[in-house]
Amino acid sequence: MSLIRLKRISRRYQMGAETIHALREVSLEIERGEYVAIMGPSGSGKSTLMNVIGCLDTPTSGEYELNNTLVSEMDDNELAEIRNKEIGFIFQTFNLLPRSDALRNVELPLIYAGVPAEERRRIALDALASVGLADRIHHKPNEMSGGQRQRVAVARALVNKPSILLADEPTGNLDSKTGAEIMALFSQLSNQGHTIIVVTHEEDIAKHARRILRIRDGLIASDERHEGARPATVPPASVP
Amino acid sequence: MNLLAEVKEGLSISWEAIRANKMRSALTTLGIVIGVVTVTLMGTAIQGLDRAFLDNISAIGADILYVERFEWFTGSREDWLRMQKRPRITLEQAEQLEGQLTMSRAVAPVASRDRPVRYGRAESASVRIIGSTEQYQYTGGISIAKGRFFSEQEARGGRPVCVIGSEVAENLFRDEPPVGRRIRIDQQSFEIIGVLEKQGSLLGLISLDNQIIVPLPQFTAYFRNNPDVTIQVKVIAVDQIEEAKEELRAVMRRIRGLAPAEPDDFGINQQDQFVQIFHRLGGTIAAIGLFITALSLFVGGIGIMNIMFVSVAERTREIGIRKAVGAKRRTILLQFLIEAACICLLGGCLALAIAWPLTLVMQRFMPAALSPPIVLIALMVSLITGVISGFLPAWRAARMNPVDALRNE
Repeated sequence: MSLIRLKRISRRYQMGAETIHALREVSLEIERGEYVAIMGPSGSGKSTLMNVIGCLDTPTSGEYELNNTLVSEMDDNELAEIRNKEIGFIFQTFNLLPRSDALRNVELPLIYAGVPAEERRRIALDALASVGLADRIHHKPNEMSGGQRQRVAVARALVNKPSILLADEPTGNLDSKTGAEIMALFSQLSNQGHTIIVVTHEEDIAKHARRILRIRDGLIASDERHEGARPATVPPASVP
Repeated sequence: MNLLAEVKEGLSISWEAIRANKMRSALTTLGIVIGVVTVTLMGTAIQGLDRAFLDNISAIGADILYVERFEWFTGSREDWLRMQKRPRITLEQAEQLEGQLTMSRAVAPVASRDRPVRYGRAESASVRIIGSTEQYQYTGGISIAKGRFFSEQEARGGRPVCVIGSEVAENLFRDEPPVGRRIRIDQQSFEIIGVLEKQGSLLGLISLDNQIIVPLPQFTAYFRNNPDVTIQVKVIAVDQIEEAKEELRAVMRRIRGLAPAEPDDFGINQQDQFVQIFHRLGGTIAAIGLFITALSLFVGGIGIMNIMFVSVAERTREIGIRKAVGAKRRTILLQFLIEAACICLLGGCLALAIAWPLTLVMQRFMPAALSPPIVLIALMVSLITGVISGFLPAWRAARMNPVDALRNE
């Protein structure tokens, strides 16, 4: 069974008298271990799709099953729990807490998961070490470079061992060299078996993924798999 | 995530937020500080007033009934004029009463008049002369400092003896011991057999130390032969004072020869009347105080609410981030409630620090002290103000949509 199953998902917004159809009956399946890029011009509905997949937004109609759980019917609090357990977010603007140091930022999902303090610290330190920031744990976001901040964000996204890593324009605020570093990190995480979904409008970034979904006017315009697609890299054990 | 962990997390976040906005937090809490200072001072003042009053009326024993021609507190001028027509309470009536009461421990008829008193060249122009029996030592709320009170035999007549108040002793005898000396009350010579302990005054008006007690026969012989008497009755048990009062009324009506339909032509007074009047007065003072206090707390609370709205708006993105990584509504609500409560509690502590020296100043005027219950009330009030005024902003934060919150710049 697929990790992500969208069935005829629609999302409409009311903007004054006008109804905006951000998503129009989108159906989509993503398997565990896939590395997917979602592309599309602004206003195409790709952000809405990402928000729905990330359980930040609920669809107006349609069904969404994540990890065999129907999440499209869940309320706010249940969604918060799903986000905490199943999803790691990486944002264009990093979205770190400005007053907290790297360690505390990475600890945040664990705090909401109710992990005891010592264990929390240990897991967060491991996560920071895995993105190469073991020596920056007590730096605050404004004391770090953009690349370092995005690594902290990646560490935070990974710390709860989520089913999906969801990245929204992860290189948008980085110079090309640092951007390349982050994308290399993503490739590495993909090779380790993580499911990654990257939303971007840059072909260069999308190239790293093995499957590219193009969205236009709230519909999936194309769904192409790269020749580099290697379903074999999915660890058999993790397929339900 | 359990509640304890959430509270702990909430506390550390609010501490950070308060520290990050020191000036703003200080200004916000000022309203609460003023409110809580008012609460504290008001509470202390009311307690002090209460204590001062009880100290002041302690000369009127709680277990003593005073049978008099007049009631202490009258409703109107008409009542007052009607009372003027009441016949006097005579010594004979007092004697009859004494024989018929079963629920009383002591009965003392008391008559008084102001007279000049001399000892050698020293003179007091006006001293309250009280004529009574030996029972007065039980009903009068007095205690003997030196010497003794007069005996039953002495009270029936015979030797002219007297017991003097501490102020009289001070005025007439500088250094000499008064017991055994003779003084002249209005030309008559009396031997001092006892000196009273210092008593202070009644409600700060009537000195209880500027008095001399003499046996009744001497009083009627020299100072007033047909006095209007007050009968002081000490009841056996203070918790049966109402029953004793009823018995007293029935006996007194019989003695005064009243027909069943006639109203009482005498008053039975007791300390309780003072206390009731005072409580009515105290209740009014407390109500006004409460109103002022509530008003200042209300203003303070609005300040807190205002700044919490600003704080929530400023941290919209932070709320979005927290929600994205798994914070539930309750968690966010609690976080902001705790922040508001912390600001207010800090204000409460600050207020107590300000109020404490002020209560020391108050102590010069009344027996006031910052008592633990008042401290507790002050802290509770500030906490509750914080929670109430923080609720609306916190609720707004908790209900934020994470997508919109994250998009906020």
